[in-house]
Parts: sequence; C-alpha cells; structure tokens
Amino acid sequence: MASVPIQPVKPRNVGQRRWLRRPSLGRTALARHEARWGLIFLSPWLIGFLAFTLFPMIASLAFSVTNISLAQDQPLRFVGLENFQRMLADKQTWESLAVTFRFAAFNLPIAIVIPFVVALVLNSRYLKGVGIFRTLFFMPYVIPFVSGLLAWQGMLNLETGWVNEFLRIIGIQNPPNWLQDTTLIYPSLAFIGLWGIGAGVIVNLAGLKGIPSELYDAARIDGAGWWASLRNVTLPMMSPVIFYSLILGIVDVLQYFLVPLVLYNGTGEPGGSTLFFNLVIYKQAFNFQNFSYGATLAWLLFGITLAITLVVFRTSRRWVYYAGER
Amino acid sequence: MASTFEQHDRNAHLGELTSGVTASPRAPVRRRRLKPREAGKSFLFTFVVVVILAAFLSPLLRSVFVSLKTPEQVGQLDAPAYPAVHATFDYQGKTYDVYDVPIDGVTKALALVTKGRESSKFVDPANAAAGLITWPGSWRSLNRSWSFSPEWSNYATVWDQIDFPRLLFNTVAIALIGMVGTILSCTLVAYAFARFRFPGRGLLFTILIATIFLPYAVTIIPTYTVFLKLGWVGTWLPLLVPTFFANAYDVFLLRQYLLTIPREMDEAAAIDGAGPFRTLVSVIVPQAWPAIIAVSIFHIVYAWNDFFAPLIYLSTKPDLQPLALGLAHFNTLHYRNQAYIQAGTLLTMIIPIVIFLVFQRFFTRGIVISGVEK
Repeated sequence: MASVPIQPVKPRNVGQRRWLRRPSLGRTALARHEARWGLIFLSPWLIGFLAFTLFPMIASLAFSVTNISLAQDQPLRFVGLENFQRMLADKQTWESLAVTFRFAAFNLPIAIVIPFVVALVLNSRYLKGVGIFRTLFFMPYVIPFVSGLLAWQGMLNLETGWVNEFLRIIGIQNPPNWLQDTTLIYPSLAFIGLWGIGAGVIVNLAGLKGIPSELYDAARIDGAGWWASLRNVTLPMMSPVIFYSLILGIVDVLQYFLVPLVLYNGTGEPGGSTLFFNLVIYKQAFNFQNFSYGATLAWLLFGITLAITLVVFRTSRRWVYYAGER
Repeated sequence: MASTFEQHDRNAHLGELTSGVTASPRAPVRRRRLKPREAGKSFLFTFVVVVILAAFLSPLLRSVFVSLKTPEQVGQLDAPAYPAVHATFDYQGKTYDVYDVPIDGVTKALALVTKGRESSKFVDPANAAAGLITWPGSWRSLNRSWSFSPEWSNYATVWDQIDFPRLLFNTVAIALIGMVGTILSCTLVAYAFARFRFPGRGLLFTILIATIFLPYAVTIIPTYTVFLKLGWVGTWLPLLVPTFFANAYDVFLLRQYLLTIPREMDEAAAIDGAGPFRTLVSVIVPQAWPAIIAVSIFHIVYAWNDFFAPLIYLSTKPDLQPLALGLAHFNTLHYRNQAYIQAGTLLTMIIPIVIFLVFQRFFTRGIVISGVEK
C-alpha cells in the first residue's frame, strides 16, 4: 500500500476517465489496489472451492448420467437418465429414505430441545457451581465419536450395560436389548447422540445471556410467572438460535450414517432399521464401487436437503423474531 | 440465505456482548445472596442437576471400570460392576477361596478351609488368630466373594496390541499438519473478507457459508476418483491438502473476530508504509490470537474425531491410520474382550479431553462466535 496515497475518494465524472474503468476491480486506483489484494488473500478458498466443491458437484452430476465404476469393466458411455430410473425403481431408495425421515422425526426434536433445556438449567440462578457443570456437560463433545460410541454400546448392552442394571434394580426383570430391538433402536441412537450436545448448549447459553433482563422485569411487572416469561420472552428471543439449530440439525440428520456403519458394520441391523439413505450412498460408492449410481443418490440427497432447508427458511418469517429488524 | 448471515452475525454479536460464556458481565447478579427459602430450593435444584450429570457421564465411569477388569470377570454376570477378582486368603501356608457366608444375619467374607456337605470350617481373614469357625450348611450354596483389584496390565496389553504409539503418531501428525494448513489458509481468507472490498464479496461470502449446508456425499465421489487417479489414495495427502484451501467454519470464526479489531491500527501501519501482507502479520495476527487458538483446537479435535476420510482413503494402509480408525478396527477384532475395547476407547479419548480442559475458554468462546463448531 506504500505507493498509494490514502485520501478520500471523490465521486468522479465517469465519462472523462473512461480509461480507468476496469469493471472487474473497481473504479479508482485505490479501489483496484484494494480489490487485487483482497482477491489474492481470498485465493486459497477460491481455488479450494472450485477444486473441492464446485468441480466435484458438477462432476457428480456428470457421473450420474454415465456408467463410471471403479472396475469399469464396460466402456464409459452416456446412459442418460438410466441411473435416475434405477434409483426411482429401487425399493431400497424409498425404504432408506423412510428410515432417514423416521429417525429425523424422532431425533430432531431431541437434538434441539435438550441443548436448550440444559442451557436453561445452566442459566438458572438456583444452580450453584455453574462453571463445573458447564465444563462437564460440554466435555463429552470432544470425545471422538468412535470412542463415545463404544462406551455407549457397552452402556446399552443387554446383560452388562448399566442402563439395564439400573432397570433391574428398580424391578424391571426383563429389560430390553436396546441395540437389537427395532422399536428401541432410535431411542438408543438418540442416547448415543447425547454426548454431542455440547456445542448446542454453548450456543443456546450465549443466546439466553443475550436476552436483556429488562424484558423479564417488564414481564414480571405484568404478572408473568416462570412459564409465562419462558413462553413470551425467552422463546421469542431465542427463536433465531432455535431456527439456526433446526437448519443445521436437518442438514446433519439427513446425512446420518456413521454410527450405524460402525455399530453394525453397515448391515442395517436390526431388521433394516438403520439402513439410512446416506449409508446406502456410502455402500454403493465405496463397497460396490458403483460411482455413477452413488453420485445419482447423492444428488437426490442434495435435492432433498435443499428443498427442506428452503421450506424451513420460508416459514422462518412467521416464527423467527429478530430484535434488530426494521 | 441472507437471513443465515444475520443469524451468524447476531450470534457473534451476542458472543461479543457477553465476552464468551466464561466471564458474563451479569455474573455478580447471580451471586446475590439468596433468602433462606431460596437457598433450600437452590440446594435441591443443584442436587437434581448433579444426579442428571452423573447419569450423563456414567458411560465414562463404566468404561473405566470395565477397562480394569480381568477377562474372567467380564464374562461373569454375577460379578460386581467395579474391577475385582475372586478373593483368596493364605492361611497356614495354603491358599483358600473366600466366600460370602451369612452368619447371625450378616454376610461375612470368610475363607473356606474344610469343605463339608452338612457343615464347613472357615477362617476369618480379618481375624485369623481366632481360629476356625464352623458354619452349618452346604458350602456349595455360597457365592465366592470379590475383592477390588484393578487389572492395570490391560492398558499395557492394549497399548501393544493396537500399536498405540504408531496410531498416536499418525493422529498427531495428521492433526498438526492440518492445523497449520487451516490456520494459514483461513487467516488469509478471513483477512480478505474482513478488510478488503472487492467485486462480488457479498456473493462469495454467501457461497462460503452455503458450503456448510452442502451434504458431503454430493462432492465425495468425484473427489475420491480424482485422488485415486493422482495416486493419493493410501496416503495422507487427501486428508492434508484440502486443509490448505480454507473451510467455511474457521473462516467465518476468524472473520467475525477480525471485524472486532479496530481499523485504526491497520491504517496506522499503512501510513508507516506497511503493505497488506505486512499489516496482516504484524498488526492483525498478534491481535487475533484468541481466535487463532480456537481454530487450532477445533482442528485438532476435528482431526482426532475424523473417521470417514481416513476410512475411505486409508483403509488398506493400517500403518498410516489414525486412532479413530485403528480403534474401530480393533473393536471388530476383539469385540469379545470388552476390557481391552474399553481400555482402547479411553486411550483414544484422553488427549482431546485434556486439550479441552486446558483450553476450555478459547473453545467455548470460539463456539459462541461462530455459532457452531464443525
């Protein structure tokens, strides 16, 4: 920046200095200089975005209309919508989508409500030693998921798991086999997911602390009790945070598959209840090496994710309250 | 997508206002002395939260217990939850088994000296000098008693069997190289977004944030194919190279932080003749270190946790695998021996936990600023 004098930029008569106008980088020498440096610093991401996001996305779409596989025993050719037809005709597509949506319907409310409730508890003035609780509720978040999974797998074991030991102590003689029962598998997976609530708790807690206390004072003067101020002050003020958790939660839950992949080696046990859509993509691409068909399924997942997120964004106007909005 | 930004910005703003969760300006209010009735309520509330927390963390305690058990104890259903072995007692030069014997309504742990069908002779390990005690009843109806005895050697066994030093070295190397790549690239990109005006900046920033919502599956197959053609599958390159090209979460976090650094300092540096790069290195970076530390820790935890990328790129190369993958593999081999599995589980998680406990402040602050951690 040494050679460029820093001075206020006056509006110029564009017609007179047409030679200066390089539309891509701005009008004045100073602005061009700034823009050039900006793009230089931006370049790592720009190159990375083109190489690792945009190009693969387009390639993925190209894969879906060809017959690429790892073995490539047949010559490469354009197959049109064959992969899409196969996808729509495949029973597994619909079954795995149903599995994904059933789990989402069960897990999404838990993944949003529990961090919120834990944050409410940590924000309560009745809680002593908040710092320790915050640390310990957060701590499992940093545990690698394979470790956490194996610890919880033991915890939910039919015979030696502490969950069932506890149930036997309180008098339930035949406690369930959590991880092998099709009706209990989603609650079990939700249990396993609980160790990941840390980040959600921190975000919710920051949101709660950002609510001006005057609002609560005003509510109390109006005669609101705990419940009424939760409903009329806390929830509206927290709606941006809840909205944010909802969007990220949807994107995450639609991609859920690593836990069942490790737990059941991707077999979909018990009874196909953990054959998630993303697991089918993984198996098609990396077990059966059908790159084209995997890419087709991946684009369907992308389309579904995009559609649902857009719908939720649409509805957000009705229920998300932005305090600073004009 | 526009409202996502508002969302992000708003969260960050909240974060700045409360300066992280650690030091809330309203903390003194909470410490106000409570009335006696409120104090009772407070005690009860805290107690309930302690119980919930104990349940929440109980799998950890169970893992510790199981990891210290002998294989025999793991296989035995009537064994206690804590690590224990069958108790024995040396009496007059011989070793006798200890049983739980009900005498006068209390159960005592006694060593069985003479076995008998109708009555047996025992000795009390706590008071051997008192001599033999005769107990009427069949000794076969008694249960052997357990005594606390952690099997520390499980850790040594697992350490060797899982080849822990190699897995640890791989994990640390992948995490640290990736950390350097992430810091370098994300700082540059965040600097671009925070300090420079260039055409399309708003749109590019929207695209950057939108990549957070992009399912991994939609890019992974061609990416894998390209890495395969380049001969990178079976090496660390697919895990390391992308870190040098920035990612949305860390750029966002750093950008939000850089926006809070006053511009006057940059301008002063510019007047003194510093170019944009010099300004970054000598003005911005020294002030942004809390955010840079947060990004570093996030990356280490992320790399430690990462399972999918090592799975697809390194599954044929056990020598190059990180801990998460090694542990999953170990689990498929030694599933029956839960003591070893849980010891491996704990060995894998201990370092991220220690890092978190040491750098907790930066960690929570970073999450508050970016709204979420990857």
